[in-house]
Amino acid sequence: MKEILVNNALESEAIYIFREVVGQFENPVLLFSGGKDSISLVRLAQKAFHPAKIPFPLLHVDTGHNFPETIEFRDRLAEELGLKLIVRYVQDAIDDGKVIEETGKYSSRNILQTTTLLEAIEEFKFDACIGGARRDEEKARAKERIFSVRNDFGEWDEKNQRPEVFDMLNGRIEIGQNVRVFPISNWTELDVWNYIALEEIEIPSIYFSHEREIFERDGLLWTASEHVYRNKEELIETRNVRFRTIGDITCTAAVESEAVGIEEVIREIRESSISERGARIDDKRSEAAMETRKQQGYF
Amino acid sequence: MEVLKIATAGSVDDGKSTLIGRLLYDTNSLTTDKLEAIEKSSRKKGFDYLDFSLATDGLIAEREQGITIDVAHIYFSTKKKSYIIADTPGHVEYTRNMVTGASTSQVSIILIDARKGVIEQTYRHFFINNLLRIKEVVVAVNKMDMVNYSQSVFDEIVADFKQMQTKSEFKDQNITFIPVSALWGENIAEKSDAMSWYDGETVLSHLENIKTEDFNEISQARFSVQTVIRPKSEKYHDFRGYAGKITGDSLKVGDKVTVLPSLTGSTIKEIYFFNKNYNEAPAGSSVTITLESEINVARGDMLVKFDELPEQTKILNATICWMDGKALLPGNKYVLQHNTNSVLAKIDKIDTNISTDFSGTIQASSLKLNEIGHVSIKLSKAIYIDKYKQNKENGRFILIDNQTNTTAGVGFIN
Repeated sequence: MKEILVNNALESEAIYIFREVVGQFENPVLLFSGGKDSISLVRLAQKAFHPAKIPFPLLHVDTGHNFPETIEFRDRLAEELGLKLIVRYVQDAIDDGKVIEETGKYSSRNILQTTTLLEAIEEFKFDACIGGARRDEEKARAKERIFSVRNDFGEWDEKNQRPEVFDMLNGRIEIGQNVRVFPISNWTELDVWNYIALEEIEIPSIYFSHEREIFERDGLLWTASEHVYRNKEELIETRNVRFRTIGDITCTAAVESEAVGIEEVIREIRESSISERGARIDDKRSEAAMETRKQQGYF
Repeated sequence: MEVLKIATAGSVDDGKSTLIGRLLYDTNSLTTDKLEAIEKSSRKKGFDYLDFSLATDGLIAEREQGITIDVAHIYFSTKKKSYIIADTPGHVEYTRNMVTGASTSQVSIILIDARKGVIEQTYRHFFINNLLRIKEVVVAVNKMDMVNYSQSVFDEIVADFKQMQTKSEFKDQNITFIPVSALWGENIAEKSDAMSWYDGETVLSHLENIKTEDFNEISQARFSVQTVIRPKSEKYHDFRGYAGKITGDSLKVGDKVTVLPSLTGSTIKEIYFFNKNYNEAPAGSSVTITLESEINVARGDMLVKFDELPEQTKILNATICWMDGKALLPGNKYVLQHNTNSVLAKIDKIDTNISTDFSGTIQASSLKLNEIGHVSIKLSKAIYIDKYKQNKENGRFILIDNQTNTTAGVGFIN
């Protein structure tokens, strides 16, 4: 026991941010997707409040088009840690006629999540929504503050953000507004993977090589699924793949890989000439796809 | 791995974003898809070269106007270090965003256009550097290709910069001058053949050789309590831990401490990091501390060593950088956030407005957006402070507008 703590600056920063959330807000929530970034957030939150339980619930916006492995993992994690898990379904918004399902070749429920997310924020009166977005992922995310204010409509005013100096986080908001909080803003993709390896954090099996029925489109490997549009020319084949990033099944492409362990995954990422979001079909819609979605309240 | 945090500063079109893009390109940090996106956008704009600024200007409005409006954080790494660059705006009207970017950085890269030399913006950027007390400054004299790689042009700019430096009161800094062409990648990662007269390092090799341990300024330990941890579980029934980040210096089990503002004394019993406890934890670490005695400690309180008490005061004299469109005026009230503590503050007097060209101070009765001045502030309750130059973390604060809730200004305690 009698030793000196070696500080990991990124980890300490994330823990500091979690504690500011609990110190400054009444009703925070952690947006949990079942992906590696939000799984890492859960570990960091555990560290921030140990030996107490994580003092806020998890919220998952379920598109109904998830990988089954992610959903299974999500439920198990919440159960093991004794956390309250709130799930809200995009399907409900579709059934109520609040949003209209996209059709055609690139149809996805990705954008539809925003409506369900904003409704859940209103329903539970969440004032802080903690997410695993990182600045290195995408150029609009590179502009995010750590405490990022959203107005009544969930909108991001990207041209007029609050100054955020040093580590002083200002979480003051009016009723109806909420703050999006990004504790791992300054982590890179490799930082997250190295952390998962170091901490021996369990992640869903589809992050590792497995056999999958896929088809090729636009140079990307799409999962063959009832939720994914596919025309007759797009033929299904079975290949060994893994996922580098996990979103909805309709907007996440697989990569060919034989990596079965975390060290091999890290090696592949280090040697990759494609960025993580290169496998995100949702980002490819236009140059400003992320910024436009964020303005509307997307995570 | 070591992390080095850098901020860039420079006027519009000095080539900041190009320099960063070049660093990314030369360290193979731009992935194929990102590079393709840059090629595509460059072609669309009719350029016959790669416009690297498109890698960092992430907002639609920035790309439309070809300027940087807000800070973008860019990440890359070499075998030696991980780098975080805050690409900050050059326009005067976005100075507050520049301060945001520079406040978290250890190194500042100031760009100067070789054709224009030291200009008003250079003064301003160097002034803000000094206000923040950033110790490591790189002056990159860019666009050397447009002045025929002339040594005399470079020497003249260096002399002008050094002249400016003599007017600054902050002397404890290391300034390195490097002639570069960001567009052609000369002296960025590769030595320039065209400037054989320059025998110093490239920008990248200089950054690689900076020793990050030199940035740890040891002062006195301060521990601001963020939240109190009370598990109320069977196993930890009586556990009462104080969660916070240690700053200034390390803390040890057995240290005799004073809790502020109650001035109650106690001794550190345990220092937890997650499920392990340690004998000692360094500055910068986020830990949970328990005390030997049961006393009342809440968010906003501060633990310090009993013989290292900070100054107690209800009146602050500070240098303030104003960041709000609504001017700072005597009599205005704000919420002052100092570490995890918040108190009401009333502006007593604005003494002077400081010119950021080092020409001195002038009498002032208000501070407008992006202006910097000496201000006296009255507080509703006493707080425990240090001077910024002695203890950065405990010597700074922000002022929050009560109506809009925005962060309206940042202060450095004198």
